[in-house]
Amino acid sequence: MAASQGDYKDRQFLAVIGDEDSVTGLLLAGIGHVTSPPDSQKNFLVVDSKTETSAIEAAFESFTTQRKDIGIVLINQHVGLPPLLYFTASILPRNTWLQIADKIRYRIDTYTAAFPTILEIPSKEHPYDPEKDSVLRRVRRLFGE
Amino acid sequence: MSGAGDREAVFPTRQSLGIMKAKLKGAETGHSLLKRKSEALTKRFREITRRIDEAKRKMGRVMQIAAFSLAEVTYAVGGDIGYQVQESAKSARFRLRTKQENVSGVFLPAFESYLTEGNNDFGLTGLGKGGQQVQRCRETYARAVETLVELASLQTAFVILDEVIKVVNRRVNAIEHVIIPRTENTIKYINSELDELDREEFYRLKKVAGKKQRDTAAADAEMKAKKAAAVSGKLNQERVEPAADPAPADILATGEDDDVIF
Repeated sequence: MAASQGDYKDRQFLAVIGDEDSVTGLLLAGIGHVTSPPDSQKNFLVVDSKTETSAIEAAFESFTTQRKDIGIVLINQHVGLPPLLYFTASILPRNTWLQIADKIRYRIDTYTAAFPTILEIPSKEHPYDPEKDSVLRRVRRLFGE
Repeated sequence: MSGAGDREAVFPTRQSLGIMKAKLKGAETGHSLLKRKSEALTKRFREITRRIDEAKRKMGRVMQIAAFSLAEVTYAVGGDIGYQVQESAKSARFRLRTKQENVSGVFLPAFESYLTEGNNDFGLTGLGKGGQQVQRCRETYARAVETLVELASLQTAFVILDEVIKVVNRRVNAIEHVIIPRTENTIKYINSELDELDREEFYRLKKVAGKKQRDTAAADAEMKAKKAAAVSGKLNQERVEPAADPAPADILATGEDDDVIF
């Protein structure tokens, strides 16, 4: 079927793309892993307001398609903004906020593979928004809401 | 007529009629089986979607608590520990194990989290102050990640089931709306063709029989005529023959003889 034996047997790590606080917290929980020296790849990416979208996309690509040892990719729905920018952002319409998952939203929405699983997580400043979650939207649609 | 509708390209013979009937039967069995499978999967799917909905909301709460405990750490340590933590991460303590669950022939993977022993990357974090907060934060986040892992397995099951249900439903519909009508059409076509052949054959036989009858009648008539002719010929002969030499009879039959004068 969609997932064959070898497809997920070695997947034993989680990966994170998120703001500094979320990544720090998750690393404290002990999910951080750096592969052995020659090409030491981290399984986390810290995103701030200066991170290029292409960098996020590259990390997403590497976690989802290249690496075969990642079972779950956690990605922040929103990125916490630095305090100064935060004020500016709050008076702007919602959709212009700096949002990680939203930055590569099309990638997430078109991502349908079972492994690794993509999980959108809330960040510190922003409560969880069920309307934005790609899976939850599908759930909603199936319930005919 | 048989020409209407889609049908398979077969020769209308009794053998292919038998094959088509077997095929129709197989398609009907398969249809009912697939339908049942689809129903079982859909039931499971609904259960999973409901649980996902709950789990996502729970995750929202848990992550909020976790973020709060991290804020406590930042406050207690009196500075940002993010950089230190990121640099000291080496090997994952929190890992995943995958297992399978079988739902009517579909393997649904499920994640299970476990902690590896004796591997502590952040032994020195919060050594100066705030160690207790750091410890609590780690526990909170570990719980949060457990929730996330649970949610992830639900979500994986959701994605896989979604796909499988689509495939199964597509098959059910294909059988119901394409294969069965087509096979039925083919059977109808073969039947009508065979009937047509039967009628033709019957007509032909009738025609032949009629012709034969006519021929026999003609032959009979001829024979009869011949016979009649022969009989009448014989009669004629019989009638003619006595007339052929009537002399002996006539000798006496004639009246008086002329007188004989010497």
